[in-house]
Amino acid sequence: MDLKNFSFEVDDGIAVALFDRAGEPMNTIAPAVFDDFVAVIERVATDDEIEALVFGSAKKSGFLAGADIRYFETLSTAEEATAAIRELQALLASVEALHTESGKPVVMAIDGPALGGGLEVALTGSMRIITDGPKTQLGQPEVQLGVIPGGGGTQRLPKLIGIAAALDIILTGRSVRPHRARKIGLADEVVPPEVLLDVARKRARESVGNLGAQPGPSVLARLSPSHLQAMALEQNPVGRRVLFKKAEEQMLAETKGNYPAPARALQAVKVGVEQGPEAGYDAEATFFGHLVVSPESAALRGLFFASQMMKYATGISTNTDPKPVDKVAVLGGGLMGAGIATVSALKAGSTVRIKEVDDAGVGRALAHVNGQIARQVKRRRLRAFEGEQIMNKVTGSTDWDGFSNTDLVIEAVFESLDLKQSLLEQVEGVVGDGVVIASNTSSLPIADIAAKAKHPEAVLGMHYFSPVEKMPLLEIIVTDDTADWATATAVDFGKKQGKTVIVVKDGPGFYTTRILVPYTGEAFYLLADGASVEAIDGAMVQWGFPVGPLLLSDEVGLDVGAHISQIMVDAFGDRMAGPEMMPGLLDDDRKGRKNGRGFYAYDESGKRGGVDESVYAALGLGPRRQLPSSEIEDRLTLAMINEAARCLEEGILQSSLDGDMGAVMGLGFPPFRGGPFWWIDVEGAGAIVDRLDALAERHGDRFAAAQILRDHAESGKKFR
Amino acid sequence: MAGTQPGVVYGRRVAIVDGLRTPFVKSGKEFKDVSTLELGSAVVTELLARSGLDGDQVDRVVYGTVVHDVASPNIAREIVLACDMPQSVDAYSVTRACATSAQSFVDGAQSILLGDADIVITGGADSLSKPPITYSDGFVDALMDANAAKDVPGKVKAFAALRPKDLAPRPPAIAERSTGVTMGDSAELMAKDNGITRQAQDEFALRSHQKAVEAWEKGIYDDEVMAFHVGPDYRVTVDRDTIPRADTSLEKLAELKPVFDRKYGSVTAGNSSPLTDGASALLLMDTKVAHKLGFVPKAFLRSWGFAALDPNWQLLMGPSFATPIALDKAGLTLGDIDVIDMHEAFAAQVLSNTQAFASDEWAKKRLGRDKAIGKIPDDKFNLYGGSISLGHPFAATGARQILTMANELVRRDTGTALVTQCAAGGIGAAVVLER
Repeated sequence: MDLKNFSFEVDDGIAVALFDRAGEPMNTIAPAVFDDFVAVIERVATDDEIEALVFGSAKKSGFLAGADIRYFETLSTAEEATAAIRELQALLASVEALHTESGKPVVMAIDGPALGGGLEVALTGSMRIITDGPKTQLGQPEVQLGVIPGGGGTQRLPKLIGIAAALDIILTGRSVRPHRARKIGLADEVVPPEVLLDVARKRARESVGNLGAQPGPSVLARLSPSHLQAMALEQNPVGRRVLFKKAEEQMLAETKGNYPAPARALQAVKVGVEQGPEAGYDAEATFFGHLVVSPESAALRGLFFASQMMKYATGISTNTDPKPVDKVAVLGGGLMGAGIATVSALKAGSTVRIKEVDDAGVGRALAHVNGQIARQVKRRRLRAFEGEQIMNKVTGSTDWDGFSNTDLVIEAVFESLDLKQSLLEQVEGVVGDGVVIASNTSSLPIADIAAKAKHPEAVLGMHYFSPVEKMPLLEIIVTDDTADWATATAVDFGKKQGKTVIVVKDGPGFYTTRILVPYTGEAFYLLADGASVEAIDGAMVQWGFPVGPLLLSDEVGLDVGAHISQIMVDAFGDRMAGPEMMPGLLDDDRKGRKNGRGFYAYDESGKRGGVDESVYAALGLGPRRQLPSSEIEDRLTLAMINEAARCLEEGILQSSLDGDMGAVMGLGFPPFRGGPFWWIDVEGAGAIVDRLDALAERHGDRFAAAQILRDHAESGKKFR
Repeated sequence: MAGTQPGVVYGRRVAIVDGLRTPFVKSGKEFKDVSTLELGSAVVTELLARSGLDGDQVDRVVYGTVVHDVASPNIAREIVLACDMPQSVDAYSVTRACATSAQSFVDGAQSILLGDADIVITGGADSLSKPPITYSDGFVDALMDANAAKDVPGKVKAFAALRPKDLAPRPPAIAERSTGVTMGDSAELMAKDNGITRQAQDEFALRSHQKAVEAWEKGIYDDEVMAFHVGPDYRVTVDRDTIPRADTSLEKLAELKPVFDRKYGSVTAGNSSPLTDGASALLLMDTKVAHKLGFVPKAFLRSWGFAALDPNWQLLMGPSFATPIALDKAGLTLGDIDVIDMHEAFAAQVLSNTQAFASDEWAKKRLGRDKAIGKIPDDKFNLYGGSISLGHPFAATGARQILTMANELVRRDTGTALVTQCAAGGIGAAVVLER
């Protein structure tokens, strides 16, 4: 056999086929490999000397990472895509037929990721042996790209592990780690990577003539209450109806109907369960075809490719190498500082020294880091000893002892220019030359912070988002003075902390804060015009943001918001100003969640309730009235998008791609809309300008369209 | 020692560049749930952080404990693995009772002098809050048999021979294995033999506390003692020793009952060192390496001496035997020494030794020397308190003394210091530092 993408050997009746896609670092499925797949399957099916097949990967990078997403971009119609999917389904059905029809066991030997099409291949086997290696994970992440499993995942997965467990995997896109995979019956055995193929061969041999005697979920798992409950629901039509209804409700609550893929995935599972496999596979192929050419999937794939590209972006135009960062100093051990310390030690593996004003502050910071590490240990992402090692990288101090030999200083103290300037001066006295000094600020211009610096070339901003451990974006802010080596170093280190990094030019509010201010300001105008808090926040959640602008203001802190907004007004004039009644919030001692008083009501424990109806009176506002939600949507989203366009026009943003990633990763801009610039392209710059002009006519100059939008409207040029 | 200048071997000379210790805390209190390894790791981590040294610059870690944690018998290596050092850093553990971190210090120094290493971290830690308590021999036999048994009945059978007395746990030894005499009994015996009165012991203990309190007030320990944040919730931070008492007095000390000889004795909890948790560490370098890396040595090692005596006799007279060895090697007499720090296991032990130091007769009889080692002037002796007032985490004490004396030489910017300990087994250790 002449195979380009497989190694294939037969020994003592057991064939071992190791997938090794030619010319690619990782195994993916695309039509280019179909011929080899078919050849392997035919050989196993027809060769009488072959009694069983072990299917694995010859690549260290993992089993099979799924479909080649680049291939999706070549599909132009739903019909074309559906036809391609049917071909894949047929191919995988022929793998399954090896054991279901020819009686030859197929043992899937999995180390590293088996995702999407990778898991679907694995599901066709008669048995799955997986390793407990750190990279082994199984999942169906298709919905994250706006599509559904197309290789039988919606049909075989529910059959193997039950409907509820399958829906959990398919609808969320979350992957499953080895021990959980064993527990839910997705894997038959978990073994150390070193013995994977030996065990797989052995199990293949044992299965010959003995198919159907598979163990399935472990006895304990089968007796677990959740499993018993699931079985009770799943084995009768009434129970199944309840189950599907519940899943649908939960999915709708999460997607607001903005993401068609999970709904279709659910439907495909349901069709398969209720109407049998033929209808199920058919539904899967049809739905996939429609979804892969949908704007939502295109936007989500656009983000995926953008995030892949950003892994290689350096943020600078020259070829300057980053300096290695082994030791980080974090000044200020509050929520932000402790979060930065955590990702620095945990993800980047650096030694971290935290400076705090007193021992209690050091203690709180250490407790935070330790708590985060303990969570990783509890979830078995780290061994206890590894956790201990990481914790021993983090120390704290109340003086400048132990800060001299540091590679990068990240200051994360209170947003006060004087404080940040004086700290910078002290830091320069302690650390050596050539050390990057970064400020974690969300609004203060870096040039101002660096105004008195001896080495302004080493100063930049590293704007993290709270909670640092969770939020994926890092916005790095560079001034005209910032040297490329400093930028390169910060970008490199940010990536090691696990962040998606965008580099923006210095200016009030940089990019993310700057586009947030007119958006929030517009929410206040809407309040002044009579809209209710529920209507405003509800409209934005429906539009696809995780929270609305007023709840976000409560979370950020209304005093902080007012402070930032003043900085923006000073810099950009009235278009950044909210309506005049806003100071009323602070006069009424409303600071948001932090003091339990804001747009929403909070109980003693800080738990948020509904809207605090007294907020209107506090602002001197009359009774609420109904505003069309389309008006609320337009005013809010266009205020943000217009400002984003200005950031691109002024060179704050290096690219529209950065702008999209920054808004999605940092502000929760709806991913299915692809980011502000992607969305402008979808809607058309001309249409956006028209809507802005109409708003400007009614509400004034704050809606004056950015010049770059008019230019694109004129030329028909796309942003992305 | 080879060469003509004491402390210099093959052109190499050991510099004490830095050092640090945790606060010393009475056992069972704030550090109750902190393991010996955690204490040692914390002090080494913080020492590295403060020194500005990278972990991969360290060639070797020599560390010790007296009460070994069964989970980490080679504590030095465990510290390297747990701390921010590459796994390639060599490490081994030593034990020499209360002279353990004098031994780890000398071991580290020797490896530098011989060119085996340029940069070494040494020290010791002990937690007496959770001593290892072992099973009786009978129970251990049953466990081992059960482990070896191939089937369930065999495993059950292994326990059949157990007797109730086998179930009683066996606490760690406090008596000398050879003599069956506890250290306190030895101190008691020395007090009686050497005519050390209760009054003299209490006065010495009182002075020890006064000096320790004064030293803390004067800031002597500020840079030697790290703030220890107690995990996992880090709500408690201990940033100073908890044992020195400003409010003690001769009257209060006199009220305490003798512990070891309740009827006729004079050794009390007040004039003995308490059970303590703590750790200490020293950063040693070859002097040329230190200069090259821009480190300013605090002090240099000039000589050392170890001695051993019959434990059936006065167990804790080690300092009086080890000191003349170290002094001879240093080419010095006691009169040349500017500051002296002797480990205070018991006031009775310290006073027995100072008495011996001053006695020609003792020197003739015990050392075969014509003249006494020398009388120790009060104003040069245990300037900043000692183990009675600061506490005594066994393996951490020697390094604690060496660090304080090295810093004292920095303050004086000249001079020589003698550090000496007695230790279980009839051992004595002495080290001469210079600047």
